[in-house]
Amino acid sequence: MEIPKKNALSLQIDVSKFEKATDEEKRQQDVMSESTTFFRDGMRKLMKNPLAVGSLIVLILVILTIIIAPVVVPYSYSDIIKVNGRRDKTAKNLSAFEYSKNEQKYMDKTGEKLFPHIMGTDSQCRDYFIRVVEGTKISLVVGLFASILVLIIGVIYGSISGYLGGRVDLVMMRIVDIIYSLPDMLIIILLSVVLNETMAGSQNPIIQTLGTNMVSIFVVFGLLYWVGMARLVRGEILKIKNNEYILAAKAVGAGSGRIIRTHIIPNCISVIIITTALQIPSAIFTESFLSFVGMGVKAPMPSLGSLANAAREGLQSYPMQLVFPAVTIVLIVLAFNLLGDGLRDAFDPKLRR
Amino acid sequence: MSKYLVKRILLAILSVFIICLITFFAMNAVPGGPFNSEKATSEAVRAVLMERFNLDKPVWQQFLIYMRNLLHGDFGISLKTGRDISSTLWSCFKVSAFIGGIAAFFAVIIGVILGAIAALFRNKWPDRVIIFFTTLFTAMPSFVFATLLLLVFCIQLRVLPVWNPSDPNYTLPVIALAAYPTAYVTRLTKTSMLDSLGQDYIRTARSKGVSTIKVIFKHALRNALIPVITYVGPMLAYILTGSLVVENIFSIGGLGKQFVQSITNRDYPLIMATTIFLAIIMVLMNLLSDILYKVVDPRIKLD
Repeated sequence: MEIPKKNALSLQIDVSKFEKATDEEKRQQDVMSESTTFFRDGMRKLMKNPLAVGSLIVLILVILTIIIAPVVVPYSYSDIIKVNGRRDKTAKNLSAFEYSKNEQKYMDKTGEKLFPHIMGTDSQCRDYFIRVVEGTKISLVVGLFASILVLIIGVIYGSISGYLGGRVDLVMMRIVDIIYSLPDMLIIILLSVVLNETMAGSQNPIIQTLGTNMVSIFVVFGLLYWVGMARLVRGEILKIKNNEYILAAKAVGAGSGRIIRTHIIPNCISVIIITTALQIPSAIFTESFLSFVGMGVKAPMPSLGSLANAAREGLQSYPMQLVFPAVTIVLIVLAFNLLGDGLRDAFDPKLRR
Repeated sequence: MSKYLVKRILLAILSVFIICLITFFAMNAVPGGPFNSEKATSEAVRAVLMERFNLDKPVWQQFLIYMRNLLHGDFGISLKTGRDISSTLWSCFKVSAFIGGIAAFFAVIIGVILGAIAALFRNKWPDRVIIFFTTLFTAMPSFVFATLLLLVFCIQLRVLPVWNPSDPNYTLPVIALAAYPTAYVTRLTKTSMLDSLGQDYIRTARSKGVSTIKVIFKHALRNALIPVITYVGPMLAYILTGSLVVENIFSIGGLGKQFVQSITNRDYPLIMATTIFLAIIMVLMNLLSDILYKVVDPRIKLD
């Protein structure tokens, strides 16, 4: 039925010319995506990034090797290779998958197959593969613990400074400015020298097992490296603090503790995780640098840097002894860098398109 | 501007002072005096020596004396060689500054060019190749790269000689030092170039019919260079610490070699002097690049 127009130029719609949408047509309009959490959304984005996934796989493989290799490989990183319970002095600087004279003789005699030296042996007749694995483990552990140290100190310092604000913030940030302008590498070397001398005779079990250099690396990380993290966390908190929902929470009577726990920390956790992921390779860099200068881990204990340093002496004749730890360092650092970049792309909302 | 300058310079002076303080007291905390190793020193001789080097005074007085000498450019005497440290430092610094300067120069020039190319050819093969190599080089510690260079060019291919003081060939050390900064500058330039290429003023210039070359060089690149300036300070610091490793690998007699040697020799006055000297250079470079940054970019607020 046509409704008569009140006015000739009226735009009044003629309802009868429309028909109802079917259920199927209605469903087509439903473009709402599945509801998802922040974490799941980030993980989905991360998994779509081939470089980040590749890095993750590399890191998992490296960690699996570290766990499995010492169980499978019958050699120890600190001892000379033994054939039939006797020290084998002929197993010096073997190349990859080569057997020493004594080992060859033993195998010919008994017909038993000895475990191959996957990366050969070093100048002190030790299996090189297990040394590289052990070195990787130590480098990773140093990187991880140093980053955790940075994380704890940086987050606590930064959140106090950012949350309290005002004069406290001013003073705390001046301290950060000063520490930031100190040349870190020099201070590390200096403190390593000093701590080495002062702790040399110490009977402390931690120092005994780790070696003084290692302890000083951690001390220096704890003293100097947290400033970047502290600045970042403070900046984030300053930004979050001024949001309306914080004001609303305050208005309904939430205490500082609750605001920090339920509103501030979840909102800056992604920045913290990303920075920590990127801190690990920088710590590995620092450790390998110090080891290379000869101020790294204690003697029989290998790290990737000290292995590379030791390989320098025989560079001309046995270049592979340099190549193995060098490639491992590059691989690990690259994987962490790419993973950190991937995490940032996936979890940092500011970069979202 | 002047307020910012004063604040920044005061901070720099404070940092240098704190470094001196840390270095001095750290070195004092090392057990054993410098004359303990001398076997046949009698009590009297030792007392004279202690007095000669002011070691009989309380620590804070020693610090003041050390600082006073430092301000006069006197770094004391090396325990190992007995030579004046200031002149040793200066001659070593000249070598390091030369190599480091060339490395920094090439790092900036090549980095900016590569970064601009990568940005202009975004997601095409030049970009991918450049980004692949920069990612690789930022993941490679300088000692790994330097030793690999030595291995490949001096030992395997024999195209370049190993270091020879009478006929120096700076090619490999410079490459080793410049690799990481070049990669970093490339990435920095690429990001900021992409940023500035997306700005409104680029579109305006294009729509007004300005030629592509002029748009790239006059509008995009000039603005993209600002973040590179902030990296100059950290870059020089990196090159200085990198020289610790590179100079040792190529056995060049610069500051880096000096520093590592003084550590192995436990030559405390020399360690102290080198640390303070390097630290002053780094703080100065940072100061310079910060100020330059503010001067170049008028958009930065001066607070």
